[in-house]
Amino acid sequence: MTTAAIDRLPKSVSPTWQFFSDAFRRHPTAIVGGVVLLLMILIAIFAPWLGTVDPQAVAPVRRLKPPSAEFWFGSDMLGRDVYSRVLYGARVSLAIGIAVALFSTLVGLAIGLVTGFIRWLDAIVMRIMDGLMSIPPVLLAIALMALTRASIENVILAITLAEVPRVVRLVRSLVLTLREQPYVEAAVAAGTTLPRILVRHILPNTMAPLLVQATYVCASAMITEAILSFIGAGTPPNIPSWGNIMAEARSLFQIAGYLILFPGIFLSLTVLSVNLLGDGMRDALDPRLARRM
Amino acid sequence: MFAYVVRRLGATFVVMTVVAFVVFSLLYFTPGDPAAILAGDAATDDDIRRIRAKLGLDEPFFVRFGGWVWALLHGDLGTSIFTNLPVTHLIGQRVEPTLALTLCTLLVSVAIAVPLGVIAAARVGTWLDRAVMAFSVLGFSVPVFVLAYILILTFSIQLDWLPVQGYRPIREGVWQWLRHLILPSIALGTVYIALIARITRASMLDVLAQDYIRTAQAKGLSSNAVLTSHALKNAAVPIMTIIGIGIALLIGGAIVTETVFAIPGIGRLTVDAILRRDYPIIQGVILMFSAIYVIINLVVDLSYMFFDPRIRY
Amino acid sequence: MLKLFRSTGRGATAVMLAAALLSGAAIAQQKVLKFIPQADLRILDPIATTAYITRNHGYMVYDTLFAMDEKFQVKPQMIDKWELSKDNLTYTFTLRDGLKFHDGQPVRSADCIASLERWSKRDALGQKLAEAAEGWTAVNDNTFRLKLKKPFPLTLEALAKPSSNVPFIMPERVAKTDAFKNIEDVTGSGPFKMVKAEWVPGSKVVYVKNTDYVPRKEPPSWASGGKVVKVDRVEWIYIPDSATAAAALNAGEADIWEQLPPDLIPVLARNKDITVTNIDQLGSMGMIRFNFLHPPFNNQKMRQALLYMVNQQDYVIGIAGDPKNGYPCYSYFTCGTPLSSEVGAEPLKGKRDLEKAKQLVKEAGYKGEKIVIINATDQPIVNAQSLLTLDILKKMGLNAEIQAGDWGTLITRRAVKEPIDKGGWSIFHTWLVGPDMVNPAVNFPIRGTGEKAWFGWPTDPKMEELREVWFNAADVASSKRAADAVQRHAFDFVPIIPTGRFILPSAYRSNITGLIIAPINLLWNVEKK
Repeated sequence: MTTAAIDRLPKSVSPTWQFFSDAFRRHPTAIVGGVVLLLMILIAIFAPWLGTVDPQAVAPVRRLKPPSAEFWFGSDMLGRDVYSRVLYGARVSLAIGIAVALFSTLVGLAIGLVTGFIRWLDAIVMRIMDGLMSIPPVLLAIALMALTRASIENVILAITLAEVPRVVRLVRSLVLTLREQPYVEAAVAAGTTLPRILVRHILPNTMAPLLVQATYVCASAMITEAILSFIGAGTPPNIPSWGNIMAEARSLFQIAGYLILFPGIFLSLTVLSVNLLGDGMRDALDPRLARRM
Repeated sequence: MFAYVVRRLGATFVVMTVVAFVVFSLLYFTPGDPAAILAGDAATDDDIRRIRAKLGLDEPFFVRFGGWVWALLHGDLGTSIFTNLPVTHLIGQRVEPTLALTLCTLLVSVAIAVPLGVIAAARVGTWLDRAVMAFSVLGFSVPVFVLAYILILTFSIQLDWLPVQGYRPIREGVWQWLRHLILPSIALGTVYIALIARITRASMLDVLAQDYIRTAQAKGLSSNAVLTSHALKNAAVPIMTIIGIGIALLIGGAIVTETVFAIPGIGRLTVDAILRRDYPIIQGVILMFSAIYVIINLVVDLSYMFFDPRIRY
Repeated sequence: MLKLFRSTGRGATAVMLAAALLSGAAIAQQKVLKFIPQADLRILDPIATTAYITRNHGYMVYDTLFAMDEKFQVKPQMIDKWELSKDNLTYTFTLRDGLKFHDGQPVRSADCIASLERWSKRDALGQKLAEAAEGWTAVNDNTFRLKLKKPFPLTLEALAKPSSNVPFIMPERVAKTDAFKNIEDVTGSGPFKMVKAEWVPGSKVVYVKNTDYVPRKEPPSWASGGKVVKVDRVEWIYIPDSATAAAALNAGEADIWEQLPPDLIPVLARNKDITVTNIDQLGSMGMIRFNFLHPPFNNQKMRQALLYMVNQQDYVIGIAGDPKNGYPCYSYFTCGTPLSSEVGAEPLKGKRDLEKAKQLVKEAGYKGEKIVIINATDQPIVNAQSLLTLDILKKMGLNAEIQAGDWGTLITRRAVKEPIDKGGWSIFHTWLVGPDMVNPAVNFPIRGTGEKAWFGWPTDPKMEELREVWFNAADVASSKRAADAVQRHAFDFVPIIPTGRFILPSAYRSNITGLIIAPINLLWNVEKK
């Protein structure tokens, strides 16, 4: 990382295409990450046309067949085709990762923006956020999953709730710095309304760090989904996700390691690519941010 | 500083109240009835109704919440619905394994991650730096249970070097105790090592760019001395912060690690209790976890003064 | 932080240290049997719950008046002699000598009576006995009497009931506890004593040999005969993850694994020091249970339609994995026991017939009502069955979906009597161990007492009549005839669909001998070299 060079860049820059492409040229790993992620998204979208069969079709007589021409990734304990399940599983894991990133960013942004400006609200909301943050996210998600019926929506809700406080903290700290800036103080002095200040001056400047944060939230949400499924409180078993394919196979890892290997590789690769992308964006957008994270 | 500590403790009290209320109402509205689980598969509706009445589970919300808080203020976390043992006793039984696991993980992680981060920062841009960074990204990307199974398969089953599962109390011999902790600590520590190594590297780079380091280097101090005595000490604040925040991560990971390695710790206690709707245990443990989190972060904040005398409260 | 730990732990540490110093040296020379149980022992009261793990704990610490042997014969256990009056209305029981509770007190008639009274408030067969009984009276400290209002031919079978709830004998002061409240006192008169101080729920249960126990002279057969304990100490080590449990047994960190997923047999078979065997030869039975209150399965024809679709071969393989451990069982009574037969089983046994099933659905007038299967993902046996049933329903073109949760959710959800759109359900799956389905008395899923029946609440007066006929059957032949009639009716009414019988094998290391072949893992007679 050529810190000195980037350090001289202005502190916040709106993310333009030119900027990204420059940055990515300096960060080949981020490009690799982006390509792999794109590939996974394509796999998820085009799963039905990639030589898959119904991922739910059970056939106990064909159970636990090792990888072969018929079953590319083998078959599981109920005779389901693991290749099809892994490909369809990409949909669930990515959907959960992206949805959690999106929702927790939006909710965190809204709460963070408002509390950053309204002091009395800040005290209350931050105590609640501290409370939520002090409960380990996995534990919170497990408790929420036990509370609700197992479904993808609820997995998303549970993980989002666990991630929101972290986003709120980030946004709030950004807002607190920004409101000290002369141009914001000037706007306040000029009697500009609060919504206008937020939209015109604050919001654009939180975008870059939030985008970076969103990639990390996305990566950690995919891991959390796998952990929840492992504990038995995740995605319902009739919907294949990488997490529950591995969870169902975990007692068989000595005799049918491929059941954990394939979804494990896909999950790790995807999370890795999202993380690499996030690192690349972080370095590109604001090197100082790297230290805060 | 004293005023600061008092203020922080006051805030802690508010946070804990929030947690207590949230946790209690969460469980109150949970569909899942310990009475049904207690009675077993063959029980009828009528049996379950009578058990529920005996357990006091059909009382209104505020009566139950009030009762729980009142007992809590007297240091009583209640009694497990299933085992009839006091929650404090159940937690007490399991403090040692979890504490040993988390402390061991923490020590191993810091011992590995900080030097890695420092070296990466000192050799920024080299293959060594890239390797450390690659490892740290990878560490984030592999779920802890996948890693745990790979470790068991390799070191316990193939090589037969280390035990597969379980925990030995330290009083039964330090060596046995340590042997049982090695694999779980590595499995659990990987994410943590990745996290701390990244932060260490980043904050070292930050500090190394400061003027006084350049001065020290100009004065002719050896680069090792600069790294350790000047830079690392100043980079310690962000590192300590991340260790504090990471405690939540560690506890979450401990739940999974304890399951895979059959360690009778608090993580397992909680998961079991959630699956059985043993409300008093869930409430007690979550409250305790958040208290630990809050206290550790308080300690971390206070430690800043040691590492960075410029910080005053 | 280290300092913090030391100061808070001091009180407890001192106690533990003292215990360690006292017992540490002794434990080294003791024979300690390390046993991986099928589940975690949570509840200590075998009357308050039907959980099998609590029943097994009961067999460790308590004794029973009678017990059933492997030939399904009732044998005396705590009883020395007994007689039945000529009018079949009065039983007189005499306890054998030398029976003592763990606290040193002798076992008295009053203890037995209190225990049986508490048991008959919770157990279905016990309730049936209580209905027929006028009452229990103590003649003296070791003789007591049961007076009946009408003859009850199953009295001794009830007292020898091998599975939940087992009529264990507890001290009177414990047995006086409300039947709907858990007991805490683990004082029994059985061959082992529980060391409650060393109990770590979720991890470890410790028992020591009851040196005061006087075993019978007969050889052990199921829970009857002499309960001779051949180890000093038994540790139940609960390992929630089966892959880890397999590894622990492989590494010699445990001696016996009570129940393993058959898929793991190859992992253990590689080790020549480990034997995998079927200690429980009766096995368990899987089942599909319907909701009889709401469409579509309140319609008999809909349930019958499913009977033509369920392929037990698929279910047993789905559950047991290895075809060697799963068998079709086209009977409502546990296969391999006297009352089981294939009477009336053609719809389940014959060729699977989608046309016939579709026709029955049509006759039933199915209008596309939503079918909800409630599933428990943390129970592989439930999960596998749920997915297979969903597959069948889809093949039949029915509007079916799975709603998943954990076992704790399922067990609560199935108590909901409301229709589907208000959180109700249509189908759930579970399984019962062989002894719980051997006859019309213990087989609770077939009962048709409406609101009072097991979840699903079928109203089936004909079934209740047929059961009554069986209860009053005086001899073996008429009992068999009555049971056949029950089954024929069951295949018509379809209270549940049996999905087959499966056996979960046990595994032990080669230094272990003397395991008792029984549907329950009993740890007396087991020797460790």
